[in-house]
Amino acid sequence: MASRDYSLLGSDGARAVETGLAAAEWYHSDVPRKVMKELMQRSDGPAIRDSIIMYGSMIMLAIAAIALWPSWWSMPFLLAYSVFYGSASDSRWHECGHGTAFKTGWMNDVVYHIASFMVVRNPYVWRWSHARHHTDTYIVGRDPEIAIMRPPQLIMVMLNFFGLPAVIKDWGRMLYYAFTGKVGKEEATFIPASEHHKVIFAARIWTAVYAATLVVAVATGSILPFLLVGLPRLYGGWQHVMVGILQHGGLADNVTDHRLNSRTVIMGPINRFLYWNMNYHLEHHMFPMVPYHALPRLHDLIKHDLPEPTQGVIAAYREMWPVLKKQLMNEEAFIKRQLPPTARPYREDFHTSALGATVPAE
Amino acid sequence: MPFIDACATSDIDEEDLIRFDHEGATYAIYHAPDGTFYATSGLCTHENVHLADGLVMGHVIECPKHNGQFDYRTGEAKRAPVCINLKTFAVKIEAGRVLIDIP
Repeated sequence: MASRDYSLLGSDGARAVETGLAAAEWYHSDVPRKVMKELMQRSDGPAIRDSIIMYGSMIMLAIAAIALWPSWWSMPFLLAYSVFYGSASDSRWHECGHGTAFKTGWMNDVVYHIASFMVVRNPYVWRWSHARHHTDTYIVGRDPEIAIMRPPQLIMVMLNFFGLPAVIKDWGRMLYYAFTGKVGKEEATFIPASEHHKVIFAARIWTAVYAATLVVAVATGSILPFLLVGLPRLYGGWQHVMVGILQHGGLADNVTDHRLNSRTVIMGPINRFLYWNMNYHLEHHMFPMVPYHALPRLHDLIKHDLPEPTQGVIAAYREMWPVLKKQLMNEEAFIKRQLPPTARPYREDFHTSALGATVPAE
Repeated sequence: MPFIDACATSDIDEEDLIRFDHEGATYAIYHAPDGTFYATSGLCTHENVHLADGLVMGHVIECPKHNGQFDYRTGEAKRAPVCINLKTFAVKIEAGRVLIDIP
């Protein structure tokens, strides 16, 4: 098989459209309508509670860091602050982008825009890219959010723990939108023209915020303003990358069954708070309307139809890492997760093009 | 074209919807919280997903795939990623049946 072409303007994407792999109908476990309606119900309570904890903690940590600066004693406070800023903001961006975190629309929007700024994702570009990610999850040439391409560039995967080079690129895009007033060609494949002006407007606001931070830094002769605004995405983003690359890493691509390309990992309460339960990632992809706080209930309801979840972050890396190394030599290698006897089998006939000629790693 | 008999009023829970297929086309029929009924085309204008699997919240239907929202009374697109309005159809209730006007 030829090397994969991940460009959204490339041959694999065009082939996916021709063959019907793009915008296809995906497998769903059976959930009675009444139960699904209950699971989909929105509530402000859990997200208000979690937001008070998160943003309250950030304010207190920032005050402590400023008070202790320039002593090294400010470091632990900055490091803790940065994990909320650079990592927890990823899941807030994600859930509020789906509109499922809060029942009240404006609350979703406020947290979405704050989180987008902190994780350096243009709120309009990434809303549309994430919609495509859900339409064409890990369909090569269609999904703009494939975190680990094949063959994997392992050095880049490791650099990503420090936001490199992704965040530098995102800051570059911000300046591009702000100063040229244009959206790029690839982005234009998934963002309607009617939304382009919003992309540019958000980029200009952000540029102004960073410029104000620069003014404060110069005026005070200190790097501290940037340690609180901007740089935490680099030195505090490691947690969301640590859990995020497990979502699909080492699993199948070009399939239409999330049981083959998404991974649920059982995690402890701290990771789950920071990640807003996105460790139930398979369930999230199968039913994106279910809010984060209802995902454990959804998991219990359909687990008989899903592969056994991976028990913990370390176990997930033990499962994924050897396959990524295999993909260096053979990019067709992947993990085909085994279903329990109670599950409806994978539709091998439907996935022949993706699975038939490939080499499952286990 | 006459009104088409789609379903019984009791087939749809309040603040919910069902799918109705007719002559190769698909529709969504809604039972609003105030007891009234509405009908729209059955597929999201964003990516042809059946709205019948979505969530009705008041007078809004949310698409189950990307969470785009429409006001099902008017078809107005309310939340990205939907930008194109839904087609709506007149509805009348007769003898406990929901009839929709399909042109």
